[in-house]
Amino acid sequence: MDTISGIVRFTVEEILSQPALLLGIIVLVGLVALRKAPGDIIGGTLKGILGFVILGVGAGAVVGALEPLGTMVLEVFGAQGVVPTNEAITAIAAGEFGVTVAWVMLVGFVVNLLLARFTPLKYIFLTGHHMLFMATMLAVVLSAADIVSVPNVILGGILLGTVMVVMPALGQPFMRRITGDQPVAIGHFGTMGYILAGLAGRAFGRGSKSTEELNFPKTFNFLRDPMVATAVAMLVIYGIFTVWYAQVASAESVAAITGGNDLVVFGLIQALTFAAGVAVILLGVRTILGEIVPAFAGIGSRIVPSALPALDCPITFPFAPNAVLIGFVASFVGGLLSLGVLAATGGLGLALALILPGMVPHFFTGGTAGVFGNSTGGRVGAVVGGFVNGVFITFGAAFLLPVMGELGFANTTFGDADFQWYGILVGNVANLGAPVLYAGLGIIIVGLMALGIWIQTRFVPQPQYEVDTPGTAATKPAPVL
Amino acid sequence: MKILTVCGMGLGTGLVLRMSTEAALQRIGVDDAVVEVADIGTAKGMGAGYDIVLTSSELAEQLGPVKGRLITVQNFIDKNEIETKLREALDRPASPA
Repeated sequence: MDTISGIVRFTVEEILSQPALLLGIIVLVGLVALRKAPGDIIGGTLKGILGFVILGVGAGAVVGALEPLGTMVLEVFGAQGVVPTNEAITAIAAGEFGVTVAWVMLVGFVVNLLLARFTPLKYIFLTGHHMLFMATMLAVVLSAADIVSVPNVILGGILLGTVMVVMPALGQPFMRRITGDQPVAIGHFGTMGYILAGLAGRAFGRGSKSTEELNFPKTFNFLRDPMVATAVAMLVIYGIFTVWYAQVASAESVAAITGGNDLVVFGLIQALTFAAGVAVILLGVRTILGEIVPAFAGIGSRIVPSALPALDCPITFPFAPNAVLIGFVASFVGGLLSLGVLAATGGLGLALALILPGMVPHFFTGGTAGVFGNSTGGRVGAVVGGFVNGVFITFGAAFLLPVMGELGFANTTFGDADFQWYGILVGNVANLGAPVLYAGLGIIIVGLMALGIWIQTRFVPQPQYEVDTPGTAATKPAPVL
Repeated sequence: MKILTVCGMGLGTGLVLRMSTEAALQRIGVDDAVVEVADIGTAKGMGAGYDIVLTSSELAEQLGPVKGRLITVQNFIDKNEIETKLREALDRPASPA
């Protein structure tokens, strides 16, 4: 008996407490369930584990590159400087919260399946990196409210699974216009920004022509490469602050930051190190997801065959490529203006952090907001929609930081709308303390489901998807998307 | 045969395109293909090692010339579109039903 309890204890305390190994086991189970070949199972499991280890390597680089920037912004403005980048904050949090995050993700996926199976919200959320980011945000915010271990996993998992079916449902009335009723939903946690963009387009863009009738200059096309876009943004941000800092700081404090190198050159290298670190983290996330998402898709299509896949935001880009660039620029402008407001008012008089524009969030969520805005309000809609998104994700980031505990003092945070409003809501309710917080979180979950079901039944005709006929289902073992 | 699917970050849409491509290959009856995902940045360097590269038309402009066959996809979840374009690239016309 001692041997058995010893093995169990070793498994729980040593193996399952290593997030990389836990993730490997989850991948292993998924691949076995899909009856993959032994070679694929071994390779896939190893890649899942390696991906997580790669995350940690990238996290070290981005933390190191952000620290000097934080010091300089603090000196120049007397406020915390934050560059929202989902990948960076997730990789940083993985060190301390990795195990909880992996469990929350797993429970969240099961809750997604159950809700899709038994409620009208038949969506399977397949954007793996956003599941990972949302699981991280929830684990961090609940931990900051002293909800840890099993309660964190259960509450976080239910909150995650809920938002994974509700956001696609809320976005679906617009997605139907954009895609021409294709069997696909939006599965991206910038969706609140897209809904606001769609509504703003309807309010302001009546009669405006579509962005796709424009001959839009391709000048900004190079920014479609996120590595380039991140590097460009960080070079500008670092460039501004190194020059500024050199004016206000003493030679000793400059030397303390740079170790004796030229400040501007030092800043340039840090900016590029940040972009490189994000690229490393992306490689890690890609390595993990390459195995997990197909497993999720396979399991999902077996359990809820009639569900719509909810997919990453660039799925909308080919439907309105001009709107993507217009929305991105408008979102960026919105972010800059909001930064100006934060700087000029001392963080709205609340000592909120300065939110510097993160290029990746503005490109992907601003671009998608442009597509949603264009679908209801043409060119005007794309501009207004992108702008609204940019303002939302800037103030959202500022208000999210206080509920993130120690990680609120990192120089980066979550950059997309849903992480922010959901985090602010869940975090503030969780801080009310038991038993009020359980009632509060229950109301959030039930309220969101009710809203999603109402939108779904009111605006989305059923069924709008192809239902596999029994005869063909048997011949299609692979995930069908 | 090696096939590469490309999106901006190589995370979401590229993976969706990989799954759609694998489903389409299965319908065509190709079972010796390996489909991998890349982001646009690395794809520029990686593209040379692949027989077929699939991406959107906007990213295809960014990608520039590739050694293998470049296929631009309008709708990443449309298996029929992908199947048709793959059949054309592989020179395997659909057998009359």
